[in-house]
Amino acid sequence: MITLEDVKKIANLAKISLTSEEEKRHTETISVVLDYMQILNEVDTEKVEPTFEVNDLKNVWRNDEIKKCSFNQELVKQFPEKYAGMLVVPGVFENSTEE
Amino acid sequence: MELHKLTLKQAAEGLRKKQFTSVELTQACLAQIKKRNKDLNAFITISEDRAIAEAKLADEMIENGQATELTGIPFSVKDSIATADIRSTAAAKILDNYTPVFEATVVEKIRKAGGVLIGKTNCDAFGHGASNENSMYGAVRNPYNLKKVSGGSSGGSAVSVADHMCFYSIAEDTGGSIRQPASFCGVFGLRPTYGRNSRYGVMPMASSLDVVGPMARTAEDLAIVLKYMAGTDKKDATTTVATVDNYDLIAEKEISAQGGSASGGKKSKLVVGIPKEYFEIEGINEEIKKNVLYQIEKFKEQGAEIVEVSLPHTKYAMAVYYIVVPSEDSSNMARLDGIRYGVREKKIKSLSELYEVSRANGFPEEVKRRILIGTYVLSAGYYEAYYKKAQKVRTLIKSDFEKVFKEVDILIAPTSPFPAFELGEKKSDPLQMYLADVMLSPAAVAGYPALSVPTGFTAEGLPIGTQIIGDKMKEGLLLQVGKFLTKKD
Repeated sequence: MITLEDVKKIANLAKISLTSEEEKRHTETISVVLDYMQILNEVDTEKVEPTFEVNDLKNVWRNDEIKKCSFNQELVKQFPEKYAGMLVVPGVFENSTEE
Repeated sequence: MELHKLTLKQAAEGLRKKQFTSVELTQACLAQIKKRNKDLNAFITISEDRAIAEAKLADEMIENGQATELTGIPFSVKDSIATADIRSTAAAKILDNYTPVFEATVVEKIRKAGGVLIGKTNCDAFGHGASNENSMYGAVRNPYNLKKVSGGSSGGSAVSVADHMCFYSIAEDTGGSIRQPASFCGVFGLRPTYGRNSRYGVMPMASSLDVVGPMARTAEDLAIVLKYMAGTDKKDATTTVATVDNYDLIAEKEISAQGGSASGGKKSKLVVGIPKEYFEIEGINEEIKKNVLYQIEKFKEQGAEIVEVSLPHTKYAMAVYYIVVPSEDSSNMARLDGIRYGVREKKIKSLSELYEVSRANGFPEEVKRRILIGTYVLSAGYYEAYYKKAQKVRTLIKSDFEKVFKEVDILIAPTSPFPAFELGEKKSDPLQMYLADVMLSPAAVAGYPALSVPTGFTAEGLPIGTQIIGDKMKEGLLLQVGKFLTKKD
């Protein structure tokens, strides 16, 4: 079970604004999905290790080398808002845009 | 001759013998897209001018004797895979204006071989879905019945191949996104072993499950494409160093009494396992069941050994899948925030509002749902109960497969418990939509390769897919079996 308050809280954590109708709909549908997950409680996993990666890969290392990037300028072109080749974002702290 | 209706293999031969040019082949595909795309909605972006330019280059390659089997052959790419200088939206409005400056390794390899990229195919946004109705560019329709879904998430890729708009497509499968639409649209779709193909440039959904694979109209065509796609990549640390087999040569071999050993099987004859749990799934369509049982008869006639096997944790795979996937998903989706690329909402007062509104308008409902589920199951107090529990059950599912592949060469089951369903039928019920992946998620969760083979039609005229699951790195055997099952007598 997930409550309307839970949905509001996780939507805030995930930085997605939801309408009150969406909040209600997600509360209902996610509750049904989470209920279904309870089926896993039938399985005894006390002595079982979790699998996070299926091919048992361990620490694939590479040297930390500086390489030339051939498309810096193209990446800058993609910035939604820019000033003199720099990325513009709203102020990080409250009211900092109002100077 | 209708050029676009040839197989890849036939088209490559025709090009080599100069019976027609790549430009003609490409024009035939573009004409088919123009005729059909408004009804089917398989493409989000059609790169017509560029395709013609690439076809001209391909014709020169052929003229100069530099051609490969893929030179001059038009193909499509799922829109969640980055293509340099061609818009890649992943079917979500947050990337509506996004044109990558780099290319996915698999696409780069194919283009080096002379492939002609004809366009980017529609899909469920970021691969989230099993019907292609979660695209912000509209649903894809099934070419066999316009009232039915194409399947998803790689619905546009399946339709582009099924409706002869191109010869093959490069798509992505997290829990069934290649196999399920392949079965709904009557084409072949291969989910390779986890790590077989590079995922560099593939927009990630659930990184511990995502794989890239081909879709095509014949098993031989699939084998040719896989040969060019596969291999290790420095840009993707999860790729395996295992040798790339000559898949097309393996696919040519007959499935005889020696079929198993010829392709690395454990016994002198091919051993086909029938996983009983897959046939006990509630609500499985009788016509599909009958069709798959008929395929088993074909193996028997060839002298293969048929054994019933059990994978006891099959019924838990869906629950594991829908915990692990949203968890990884919610992390992967965090990069889409309207800051450095993509669509940023205007008239914003604060940074927090910028994120919240850009994401709210740029994601469809299902993407939001998965991010919310993932955020919830990973949050303090729930991690052990959901995420860690699911990863433990995943170990058991994986060991089911490890055990069974000590006894058999392949497993045979339906791809989907039902054929293509009506548009809108499951859209408002996410759990029902999730359960569409019930036969597809076990192999995905465990990292095994699986192929959907088009093996017939229902009385209503909808395609049926048979799924062949193989041991790790045994793609060659899957393709050999796929060819055998679709051989015309």
